Amino acid sequence: MSSLSKKFEELSSVYPTGTSSSLVLPLLHFVQEEKGYVTQEDAAAISDCTGVPAIQVTEALTWYTMFRRAPAGRHVVKICRNISCSLRGAERLIDHLRKQLGVEVGETSADGRFTLLTVECLASCGTAPAMQVDETYHENLDEAAVDRILGSLR
Amino acid sequence: MSVERVFFRFDPTGDSHSLDAYRGRGGYQALTKALTSMQPNDVAQEVTVSGLRGRGGANFPVGSKWSFVDRKRGVVYLCCNADEGEPGTFKDRWILEHSPHQLIEGMLLAAYALGARHAFVYIRGEFDLPLRRLRAALGEARASGLVGERILGTPFSCDIVVHRGAGAYVCGEESSLINSLEGRKGYPRNKPPFPAIKGLYQAPTVVNNVETLANVPWIVAHGGAAYAAIGSKSNPGSRLFGVSGHVARPGLYEHPTGYPMKAIIFDDAGGVLGGRPLKAVIPGGSSTPVLTAVEVENVTLDAGSLQQAGSMLGSGGVIVIAEGTCMVRLLHVLTRFYAHESCGQCTPCREGTSWMNDILERIVAGKGRPEDLDNLRGIPQGIMGNTVCALGDAAAMPVMSFMRKFGDEFEYFVEHGRSRCDGRLEA
Repeated sequence: MSSLSKKFEELSSVYPTGTSSSLVLPLLHFVQEEKGYVTQEDAAAISDCTGVPAIQVTEALTWYTMFRRAPAGRHVVKICRNISCSLRGAERLIDHLRKQLGVEVGETSADGRFTLLTVECLASCGTAPAMQVDETYHENLDEAAVDRILGSLR
Repeated sequence: MSVERVFFRFDPTGDSHSLDAYRGRGGYQALTKALTSMQPNDVAQEVTVSGLRGRGGANFPVGSKWSFVDRKRGVVYLCCNADEGEPGTFKDRWILEHSPHQLIEGMLLAAYALGARHAFVYIRGEFDLPLRRLRAALGEARASGLVGERILGTPFSCDIVVHRGAGAYVCGEESSLINSLEGRKGYPRNKPPFPAIKGLYQAPTVVNNVETLANVPWIVAHGGAAYAAIGSKSNPGSRLFGVSGHVARPGLYEHPTGYPMKAIIFDDAGGVLGGRPLKAVIPGGSSTPVLTAVEVENVTLDAGSLQQAGSMLGSGGVIVIAEGTCMVRLLHVLTRFYAHESCGQCTPCREGTSWMNDILERIVAGKGRPEDLDNLRGIPQGIMGNTVCALGDAAAMPVMSFMRKFGDEFEYFVEHGRSRCDGRLEA
């Protein structure tokens, strides 16, 4: 049994009967956690096990911003650019990150270590400016803190 | 005025999110009380009497929302909206991180009142610690017979499934959330029918915000009348207000509704950063119309007071802006956000949010044209009220209010090709 169908069985026992189309997002998350991104073939496999039309899985894959269809760097740096973070220096930190990583927003560093993304509000407005590196939130940032965080990641 | 607190009754420590800690604060006593001595209707009745309104931003009376559900139709779903994403808002995250059992107990009480056998928490995909804390809390609750079959040995059973979103602001809109939970892209649905009639998988569904549901245990424990006595009469209760932006001590502060705006900015949050004068306040999350320093003077954190001032209490996210901030560049931050988050379903919002953002992008690049100002006044008028969901209005209101109240800064930027405030966003 593939890891996807195993995951499908596991989730099916958690979700109420008759809600298998609800498993599309959890399975997309699962694939992305497993290999870092989701391909069209993965979407087709999710369609096969859930019975949800392939087009609907593809729509979900392409519509939600958290799903990637191509590999990213080993670490994904997502820095908030919304209002409360902007009022506390997000623009300065985005410039700093671009310089430190030598990339523009949306790009991956040459050594494959980091992908730099800007994101909208992370609900860290009271601890702005904030960024999320992989899963972890980092808050009340300044340039020195950003350098420390980047330096701690291989 | 009572100063009873519903949330900040403890100092968050390393384990205040645990079942033991929650029990130590009186947790799950309301559930025991309801399951052993109250009928489902009694619980609903207490919530109606409490006057509790939705804390996600729409401020809709919770008792009414619950009353629309036809419980005779068999399957009823409860969904907790934990897709917190309104810029300036960070309260649901705090509840999930520090008091997740309070949400679980609130959900169980709501499910009992509504006759819902299955409940979902739709949680933001980005939330990491909140997700881990909520899952751990659910594990503890299941192991202690608080979630699942025959809760506390009574005939009441309810399961709670945690469902992760995947990055879409619009999924905080309840019908978009439902579509997303069904594995679709999160297009909002036309209403009517409202979710209480036809929601998740066509079944009657109630969608309530995290903070809303987390109020319910207190209401059941102390009675609806006691809750109704807190804060302002028409919108009673205690709320978590988030103060962010140019203040000395940004953070979350709990107060009864009707607490003075100036007090939360100057007393709780320590006043404007660097002692600078106050320029403006966005009172209830980024979608609510901006208020000038003069307008803020006598406003309270009450829906009625803010409505009188031409704005809204929204999600309770108070964004403070110091004198010297460039309102043109700040509005551009917001138009960029709404253009990014418009789901694409309705033409006025899909096109309008992009047009407004293109225009602001041009203006802040110093290439504004005279007609840009007229268009910035006209486009939001074309969006307002012409879309399936409230995202269109949410995108239009900031533009209309910034143009009305700070129009001279926009004129200056277009005329001179530069900001009158040096383009400053930081204080």
